[in-house]
Amino acid sequence: MPSARPDQIRQPPLRDGIILIVVLAVIFLVAPKVYGNQSLLLVMMTFVALAQGLNLLYGFTGYLPFGYVGFFGAGAYGMSILVLHAHVPAIPAVIGGGIVAVIFGVILGPLLRLSGAYFSIANLATAQILLLAVANPSLTPLTGGPYGLKLQQVFAPGAAYLTMLVIMLLATVIAVYFRRSRFGLGLRAMTDDRVSAEMAGINIVRARLIVWLISAAIAGLAGGAYAWSISVYYPDAVFGTNISVFAIVFALAGGVGTVIGPIVGAILLYALYNAIGITVPQYFELLYGFLIVILVLFLPEGGLSLLRRRGVDVL
Amino acid sequence: MALLEYAIIGGILYGIFFSLVGVGLNLIFGVLRMINLAHGQFIVLGGFGAWIVYQYLKLNPAFGIVLSIIGAIIIGYPLYWAVVPRLQKSADPEMLSFILFFGLAQMIDAAMILGFGVSQRSVPTETLGAGNIGLLGQTFPDSWWVAAAVAVLAILGLYLFLTRTRLGFATRAVTANRAEALASGIEVDRISLLSFVIGLALAGVAGVFIPFLLGSVSPSLGDGLTTTSFAIIIIGSLGRPIGTVVGGLVFGLGTMLMETYLPSWSDLVPYALLVIIVLVRPSGLLGRAVRQT
Repeated sequence: MPSARPDQIRQPPLRDGIILIVVLAVIFLVAPKVYGNQSLLLVMMTFVALAQGLNLLYGFTGYLPFGYVGFFGAGAYGMSILVLHAHVPAIPAVIGGGIVAVIFGVILGPLLRLSGAYFSIANLATAQILLLAVANPSLTPLTGGPYGLKLQQVFAPGAAYLTMLVIMLLATVIAVYFRRSRFGLGLRAMTDDRVSAEMAGINIVRARLIVWLISAAIAGLAGGAYAWSISVYYPDAVFGTNISVFAIVFALAGGVGTVIGPIVGAILLYALYNAIGITVPQYFELLYGFLIVILVLFLPEGGLSLLRRRGVDVL
Repeated sequence: MALLEYAIIGGILYGIFFSLVGVGLNLIFGVLRMINLAHGQFIVLGGFGAWIVYQYLKLNPAFGIVLSIIGAIIIGYPLYWAVVPRLQKSADPEMLSFILFFGLAQMIDAAMILGFGVSQRSVPTETLGAGNIGLLGQTFPDSWWVAAAVAVLAILGLYLFLTRTRLGFATRAVTANRAEALASGIEVDRISLLSFVIGLALAGVAGVFIPFLLGSVSPSLGDGLTTTSFAIIIIGSLGRPIGTVVGGLVFGLGTMLMETYLPSWSDLVPYALLVIIVLVRPSGLLGRAVRQT
């Protein structure tokens, strides 16, 4: 762990983190009472959780997981198979989905030896392999193959909504911890200057494996709760590349490496997507493609960096 | 035995063509140290070019090659100046270019769907020759041989350009070491621009044959082609355009053998190859490490 004392580095106060988590919880507890479309709110929370989980990895270690959806799908299928074949109740099955994702994270751990674009592409390939495997007709008895799965026996939209809320808050709490702790500081030191961080005694290999597995767990839990809430789905619904894409765009737009960035990015852009993207999704695709280009060229640190440039400290 | 012969000869033809699919991505990576994640989309644009040439201009789809080259110049120049110099100055050009070109890929995908719709467009195979050419008792449609021949010519042309011309020497110098090339008076920006346009043109030319080799062309092919190209150039080692041929052949033979003996899993080939190669030998089969991790 780094030798610098925490008080020497500007870190956001704990109070900010607590306020953020309370506000987020209240918003999503009250929203279904005001706004009727609960499933839309659930998907929004799913993307907040995914954007945050991706942010933990990309924002704090620099590894951009293009195949992040692999963990989401693994969690969804893990949860469903536990319910259908082992008759596990829904909530333990969601946790089981998270564990399945972590197991995949361990298996894919060697990918972390790669850097930059190599890692991203190889990770994308592993997610494609998972999709092609679960959708393979020869695995129909276990995964439903291309025909998908039905979970109607545990259908409980209210409980699934609350579970997703808890998962989203969990992701936020971890992000706050990363922003405030020595562990998070060590991660940043690693990204800034690997060699110096290593000299300062940070165990790089272990630290990034931990972050990778935490990030996998969040996606897996979110996948499990998502499968529970939609109840009937095809492989593409939980393994589609566009889920990774959305998580990446939302996190980048708000600003990675912060706690609030991915939350704001996911909520605003997902709302925008619903306003203009549902009937002709290509207009939204065109828009966010353009947004990515503009962000990379002019605001590589995300929308919130506009505030930071003006001296506002962003959590 | 006939089955195996079919798979091997087909795999070689298919593989030679896929070397062309990957080579543009490799050239751009080698010279600019940037990953054109919209590579597959440019290939698909080439495919639509061939379709337009056939459907509306009533010409032989091979004229799509000319259209692709013109398109690469028209798109490549402004695109290069709009994004590349700014990216080169950024903190992490490789990763940021990766994300930026990914955004561009999304835009091209969306624009293609808005322009052409999601349906698959095909071009009759007879347009590139109605017959079948046989080898060792195995026959393949003429279009496969034409695609392989164009791929050989294009890659040979690139090889001669890189090894026999002054601009080619300069391009290799930039690939080997950008800073030293700059210091020795090479116009690095001009070389980069040229390589970028050539890379896009090669993608477009490969695209012309996509309707023949894959049966049809549709906007949804882009991402898969990008991943496949990436797998191919990693097998053949990044930054070495000629090594791409090895990657193409490994991919072509692997795909054809799987399609012959284990068809339901053949889609996995490019992804599995990619993951295995990247983990076992990140520097590629021809193994010269181009980057330190």
